[in-house]
Amino acid sequence: MSDQALLTASNLSVTLSGRPVLHDVSLSLNRQHLVALVGPNGAGKTTLLRALAGLQPSSGTIHVAGDALASLPLRERAKRFGYLPQGHVVHWPLDVKDVVALGRYPHGATDPARLTSSDKAAVARAMQATDIVAFADRRVTELSGGERSRVALARVLAVEAPIVLADEPTASLDPRYQIDVMKNLRDVADSGVLVIVVTHDLGLAARFADTVLVMSNGRLAAQGSPQQALSDDIVANVFRISAYRAEHRNETIILPWAGV
Amino acid sequence: MVTAAPAARRRTIATIALVGLVTLLALGSLGTGPVKLSPLTVLDALFSGGSDVQQIIVREIRLPRAILALAIGAILGLSGAALQGLLRNPLASPSLFGAPQSAAFGAVLMISLGWADVRSWALPVAGITMAFLSVFVLLGIAGRNAGLLLLILAGLAISSLAGAATALVMNLSPNPFAALEIAFWLLGSLEDRSFRHVTLALPFIVAGAILLMSQRSAFRALSLGEETAQSLGVNVSRLRLLVILGVALGVGGAVAVTGTIGFIGLIAPHLMRPIIGHDPARLLIPSALTGSALLLAADIAVRLIPSTTDIKVGVLTSIIGVPFFLYLIMRERRALGGGVA
Repeated sequence: MSDQALLTASNLSVTLSGRPVLHDVSLSLNRQHLVALVGPNGAGKTTLLRALAGLQPSSGTIHVAGDALASLPLRERAKRFGYLPQGHVVHWPLDVKDVVALGRYPHGATDPARLTSSDKAAVARAMQATDIVAFADRRVTELSGGERSRVALARVLAVEAPIVLADEPTASLDPRYQIDVMKNLRDVADSGVLVIVVTHDLGLAARFADTVLVMSNGRLAAQGSPQQALSDDIVANVFRISAYRAEHRNETIILPWAGV
Repeated sequence: MVTAAPAARRRTIATIALVGLVTLLALGSLGTGPVKLSPLTVLDALFSGGSDVQQIIVREIRLPRAILALAIGAILGLSGAALQGLLRNPLASPSLFGAPQSAAFGAVLMISLGWADVRSWALPVAGITMAFLSVFVLLGIAGRNAGLLLLILAGLAISSLAGAATALVMNLSPNPFAALEIAFWLLGSLEDRSFRHVTLALPFIVAGAILLMSQRSAFRALSLGEETAQSLGVNVSRLRLLVILGVALGVGGAVAVTGTIGFIGLIAPHLMRPIIGHDPARLLIPSALTGSALLLAADIAVRLIPSTTDIKVGVLTSIIGVPFFLYLIMRERRALGGGVA
């Protein structure tokens, strides 16, 4: 199966209350890739992410490792996608380790107090990867925003799904945490997972992603390597900005500079 | 996880203590009344000892009352905890959503139509149907991820509507005595209930409880919001429907035999959170036990409070429950204020 794409979508369209939000999006993505999904506000990034995870009904077809998403039962879908929504809400002051353990829910571990040894190992790996072992026994509500976002990420990693979808995981984090989260996701991708990250930060996208998908008005405006997909032309057309470009230690820097 | 042990032990101890408390209160309930009986005499009479009179008092007069208090308190506590889990909202409860009021309207309608006596099932079925309708409409109006304010306003509107509809039925009742009877019935009481009432209500209460308990782990996943729960494999729309059905079966069945007994569902989970923790799945059974204890205690209290006419237990739970509700509003003031801004 390694020669076929892990996640393919053809002609995805979504209409929300009469307004087309996603229009004929087709894509094909491989494992071990970090994909950045960028685009202006309202371009349909979150909708695309939700549609790919099967959380948003859409027309068109999605295949995960050769299986049609529509034919998969809910539990099976849940094992294939780790989904990190915006905001990282936790409605009750639960313990950090219990929140992370909810990542094992699709695997049948519905009670954090009764985890199998493989579930425990997955939870421990996820907490180590995100460096939250130190506050495993604290309540999520007592943590800072940055710490909470790492807990949310750990919960998604604990699923150990072949695909991770993260909706603006770096939003409202300080620069250090933004880099930490992206590095985490880069490591996850390097371990063989397909990671798709929605972000507004073109700099982080250019630096960490293998592939960039650029969305505009519900369509895929460009896709390719950061250099191709974030070219001067595309950035000017889609984001209506010009960008400063440079190289630092062999990594690409793109810095939004001025409106055009 | 080694660190989980003390919390788990505390939960077990609390649950065992609650079972003990409920047992004691049940014995107390069997011993309280015009003829006072000691817990030992009660136990004796229960297992065919003691005098004939004592046996009749305990097994035929007071046992149905105690069973109903136990079961109805439990289902109210369980429903409150389940609704709070479903909506991730500490102010959710059947009575604030107008479910008992709506069930009461259904039952009152049956009484005034004269169907209650002919078809004994008419009362619970009408109560359950109206309770289901009220919660269904409420969640429909409030929408997904509804905030506190929206839910409470919608609940207020629905309970007012149910109250108005009940008033209309009483207004149209053929004679003032029928209206008076309905009015007293509405206050909520466990007095003079027989095993016929138990057999009428218990199947629905048990079915509702099983339904709610079967969904408990989904409440835990819902702690992370509906979308995340869905991504973890929880069918959220099905869950909503099952919880509404479970609450309606329990509350509707309960209201049909006792009238409206409010606020136990609101209070019970709150009393348990400091001890059990906030995990919505773990709260269900302790909340049910606390509900039983509260209703048994209230039902003993109405028999002990000296008064010229007997105080209805529904009145007592509301008198205690509403100030508690005010206290919760005060505590949640920030969240509620945030909803307006």
